[in-house]
Amino acid sequence: MTALVDEGLLEHAPDDVRLPKVTLHATSEIRDHLRSPKTLWCPGCSNGIVTRALIDAILSLKLDPHRTCIVAGIGCAGRITSYLDYSTVHTTHGRALAVATGAKAADPSMHVIVVMGDGDCAAIGGNHLIHAARRNIDLTAIVFNNSIYGMTGGQMSPTTFEGDNSTTSPYGNIEQAFDICELARAAGATFVARGTSWAYKQLVELFAGAIVHKGFAFVEAQAICPTYYGRQNRGADPTEMLRRQRDRSVPVAKYEPGAPRHHDSYPVGVLHHAERVEYTAAYAALQQRAQGRS
Amino acid sequence: MTTEQATILAVTGNEAVAEAMRQVNPDVVAAYPITPQTEIVQIYAQFVADGKVDTEFITAESEHSAMSAAIGSAAAGARTMTATSSQGFALMWELLFVAASYRLPIVMANVNRALSGPINIHCDHSDSMGGRDCGWIQLYGENHQEAYDNHVMAVRIAEHADVRLPVMTMIDGYVISGAIGPMESLTDAQVQEFVGPYRPIHPMLDSKHPVTVGPFDGLHGFYMEHKATQQQAMERASRVIDEIAAEYAELSGRRYGLIDAYRTEDAEVAIVVVGSTAGTTRMIVDKLRAKGVRAGCVRVRAFRPFPAAEYAEAIGHCKVVGVMDRSDSFGAQGGQVFLEVRSALYDCDPRPQVLPFIYGLGGRDIFPANIEQAFTVLRDAAKRKTKTTVERRYLNLREE
Ligand SMILES: Cc1ncc(C[n+]2csc(CCOP(=O)(O)OP(=O)(O)O)c2C)c(N)n1
Ligand code: SF4
Ligand SMILES: [Mg+2]
Repeated sequence: MTALVDEGLLEHAPDDVRLPKVTLHATSEIRDHLRSPKTLWCPGCSNGIVTRALIDAILSLKLDPHRTCIVAGIGCAGRITSYLDYSTVHTTHGRALAVATGAKAADPSMHVIVVMGDGDCAAIGGNHLIHAARRNIDLTAIVFNNSIYGMTGGQMSPTTFEGDNSTTSPYGNIEQAFDICELARAAGATFVARGTSWAYKQLVELFAGAIVHKGFAFVEAQAICPTYYGRQNRGADPTEMLRRQRDRSVPVAKYEPGAPRHHDSYPVGVLHHAERVEYTAAYAALQQRAQGRS
Repeated sequence: MTTEQATILAVTGNEAVAEAMRQVNPDVVAAYPITPQTEIVQIYAQFVADGKVDTEFITAESEHSAMSAAIGSAAAGARTMTATSSQGFALMWELLFVAASYRLPIVMANVNRALSGPINIHCDHSDSMGGRDCGWIQLYGENHQEAYDNHVMAVRIAEHADVRLPVMTMIDGYVISGAIGPMESLTDAQVQEFVGPYRPIHPMLDSKHPVTVGPFDGLHGFYMEHKATQQQAMERASRVIDEIAAEYAELSGRRYGLIDAYRTEDAEVAIVVVGSTAGTTRMIVDKLRAKGVRAGCVRVRAFRPFPAAEYAEAIGHCKVVGVMDRSDSFGAQGGQVFLEVRSALYDCDPRPQVLPFIYGLGGRDIFPANIEQAFTVLRDAAKRKTKTTVERRYLNLREE
């Protein structure tokens, strides 16, 4: 990997793989990064798994908690800001990426990690997603994709599959769902990955890879919402829902190239990786040039 | 579900609004979910899915889009409704002004919720009070019944030829929206007859008479005249609201005024309040009256247009008036209702002293004792020979 990767963070990574090597940490170590061991999320919700995976990635990379900032939108996913014991900003619904862009611009040396729900990221905040990706600004954008508006009680989101039920599509959704990974890639994201709550270690690796990537890194974490999505679609048993993730996810190398994501089969892993000049670096270079220093 | 006989139902405030919407059966509803309004559009989505209404239902991707869609639909000539709360209301902001200036009779339910930040989902009036200058008619309801009644009347008010302005109806988040209370509904036929068919003016879909909506109007145009006509429509709206309330009373037996005054005729001290807190306030008024205190209260119903003369008439003779605002106008002399009421009473002779109170922000409880405290302040002020100080007084503010 080249200068577009943060070399300092890569010390554990073998040379020939893209993703840093991660170690999984004991619950006691994870808890040190949480403000409270209590959860606000429903029993069986996968948000806890995804949150733990993020902490595991941060620990594996030995990120300085004082140089790490979490920016989240509004929704169940966004409540992560109350748990993580870093500098966190709970913004408004849909605006996390815009706020994070400001934070990163103010101090490009900060690790800015953005947590969004699928509604947050692809509905009300979809505009910010495409423009952050287009600029290739060095943010780690994570979407907890449970295919539903969880917090407001189970309305359809842009990632709800055709035919799925929700409180605003009680007889089945007639709209086509977004493949947010494809959207991010098409808009210019330079690292795009998808993981599941089922495959925990892979998720940690993908988060770590996204964090070390210099540029706009996007990870879709397939999440489950038993309370609203599950109850309205094929059952709310969390283990069953997680097993379905296991059965449906296909390693990207084995997935038919270029084939779209389906409801019952989708690629996981690093879906896209490219190197392109990062926004804050380009900005600094422009400043130098304009001031005649290079 | 159809209602063929007037019935008393036990409903949440949101259900009351959704039921009014079902009976009106608008052509288009566009919305995005937000607590505590979500239930309204969710119930409505079920009505649509079950074929109970003929509405085109648009699940927009944000409130900005929902209000934009509402504008498009209303401009095209369709009877249009939406609903929101708090951040959703704030996100609609840009379009609220546009809807009013295009003179589109959109009807929106706003379930009052505190604005961020920090994020809070409970009731206060900062959302709609912040939108008081956007050119919409604002009707504030007290309870479930009024949530329903206001929403039905709003259609007629908005579409009235002398008005043609969008109307928002407010109810208190959770306290009314989520709690169950009684509501007597009209029959579907009565509501249909009351609202009548929608007659759009210059609709875009009338392709034989093409129109342009909202073109540029700069320095040499009529922008200022346009704004003056919006104000004239607002002025006419006061009369129209009252006329429609009278007509509605014949149908329902419930007569609503522009304000809701209680025991103010001989009152020496009075409180002005908005929304569900009025019930508790009336209870305290009765308690004080039993002790010989000449207390009264006024509940705000129409805040835009603001019926200043009605306030002067109802409480202009008081010695001291307290205004309880459930939202603040930071840096101003008090909350939004305070500013209006004090201004409305300015020309009274002798002029009552008007004192600002702030309560219930972000859902903070308001107890009967807090309202009694406010009355105590008013009574003390009424006894004094000189005027008392006019700083904001917070009710139930934590001391530590
Ligand atoms: C401007 C605005 N509109 C609506 C809302 C209400 N709201 C809060 S969270 C949410 C959707 C949450 O869905 P998603 O982003 O998928 O997150 P999840 O709860 O599923 O994690 C909505 C509509 C809001 N807070 N602000
Ligand atoms: S509503 Fe769904 S997403 Fe939200 S905490 Fe519960 S299970 Fe998780
Ligand atoms: Mg979601």
